[in-house]
Amino acid sequence: MRGRNIKKAAYPYILWTALFVIAPMFLVMANAFSAADGSFTTANFARAFEPIYLAVMWRSVELAAVCTAICLLLGYPAAYFIARLRLKSRGALLFLVIVPMWMNFLLRTYAWLTILEKNGVINSALEFLGLPKLNLLYNSGAVVLGMVYNFLPFMILPLYTVLEKTDGTLVEAAQDLGASRAGVFFRVTLPLSLPGVLSGVTMVFMPAVTTFVESNLLGGNHFILIGNLIEQQFLTVYDWRFGSALSVILMLIILISMGAAELAGGAGEET
Amino acid sequence: MSGGRVSSILKRVYVGLILLFLYAPIIVLIVFSFNASRSRGRWGGFTLSWYAEMFRDRQIMGALWNTVAIAVLSAALAGILGTASAIGINAMKKIPRKIMLTANNLPVLNPDIVTGVSLMILFIFVFNTLRAGSLGFLTMLLAHVAFNAPYVILSVLPKLSGLDPNMYEAALDLGCRPAPAFFKVILPEISQGIISGVVLAFTLSIDDFVISFFTKGPGFSNLSIIVYSMARRGVNPKINAVSTLIFVTVMLLLALVNKLNGEKLKS
Repeated sequence: MRGRNIKKAAYPYILWTALFVIAPMFLVMANAFSAADGSFTTANFARAFEPIYLAVMWRSVELAAVCTAICLLLGYPAAYFIARLRLKSRGALLFLVIVPMWMNFLLRTYAWLTILEKNGVINSALEFLGLPKLNLLYNSGAVVLGMVYNFLPFMILPLYTVLEKTDGTLVEAAQDLGASRAGVFFRVTLPLSLPGVLSGVTMVFMPAVTTFVESNLLGGNHFILIGNLIEQQFLTVYDWRFGSALSVILMLIILISMGAAELAGGAGEET
Repeated sequence: MSGGRVSSILKRVYVGLILLFLYAPIIVLIVFSFNASRSRGRWGGFTLSWYAEMFRDRQIMGALWNTVAIAVLSAALAGILGTASAIGINAMKKIPRKIMLTANNLPVLNPDIVTGVSLMILFIFVFNTLRAGSLGFLTMLLAHVAFNAPYVILSVLPKLSGLDPNMYEAALDLGCRPAPAFFKVILPEISQGIISGVVLAFTLSIDDFVISFFTKGPGFSNLSIIVYSMARRGVNPKINAVSTLIFVTVMLLLALVNKLNGEKLKS
């Protein structure tokens, strides 16, 4: 009896979840599959696969993939080196990697505006040195830079967690058996760290593919990603049905990449 | 031997460069909030005038008030709702428990932009059905509780599973009524989980931009929305002052959470 009474404490939250989590999802689905007169249609999805919108989706996935690859290339050595340090300095460095994550990502993105803009820090330095000013803002490079900056800690942390736990005796065994340094890395350390690579890749790719802030602030108004497209449908064009269809597609992209990561992780555990 | 030393120095330089990359923009932001020259590239001497101007700007101050009010209220509501439901979920059998935890993870895993637009559709759907109401303070508050509460549940649940259920039963057997038994026996044991959950909820609320952006109303915005709309028009030193203020606040809160967690580890 008592146990049953305690369970009732969750009832308000069950109602809350139904109202504010489940119901909104149903409304997005309902909008995505309805025509202007309210009848059922798949036209909103068909429209999303028109060449202009396909190009936007492709660009989002492409930029997110480039950003993920750069984060992996920059983050892996950093995580590896930090994991090999003395315990005390490890903790301090890890803390330093985490701190910027707690600053609003909008402000972190805005900070790059100060550095890259026409009269910004870099161009002022160039001017001081007598060099010509550069157009650093409002191109895909600036957008990728902003994304890499925002998401790099999400790559370093899971990599560090795995690399720190790597069994040092396995590395020594490989060295004793005559493996070269590259051999030890590619045949022992790297395979053992794959779960960390996988979760790092997921943690960077997901927010990178859904963002609309970096592209809007650093890419200018002409630089459109799927996030910007959704934002426009809801706040400027007021085409909710198309915006909902795009949201459903975005959720599918996320689900597929999470599924792929899970599969890859499962395959990695078996071998 | 010397090769090893060179490579160890190179490793340190590499980690140093990564940290420089992570911190340079934040430092630039903070330094230029004290810059007297409006042109960003040049240092025109130390000034606090951007802070003074920020405090005189009614739009910014209104948005600051909204941000704090929403953060405090949403954290408090999420704290009550999340703690109650964590207690309920903890008492559930395996399958309903699993269903609740999956539903609870949905707002955590869903992209912010999808959470934002789905809540916006819900609110406007309700307003259209009622033929009354508009987006504003209430909708943003509800949206913040919706994405905050799951984090409170996630931080209270581990405390509850470590709790001895016989303690509560014993209190009841000794004639204590359920409500005082809860406040005297269960609450002190899980209070640290609740506090860190509530502080996390507060921090997430202050930090949020995307979900607020879609649930804001005409004439009602918070600080991050103001920063976004100002930043779209270019750099403005007032934003640097606002950013520095937010950064320092979040850092202080983080230190507080860290201290609480550290004390918990010691005890």
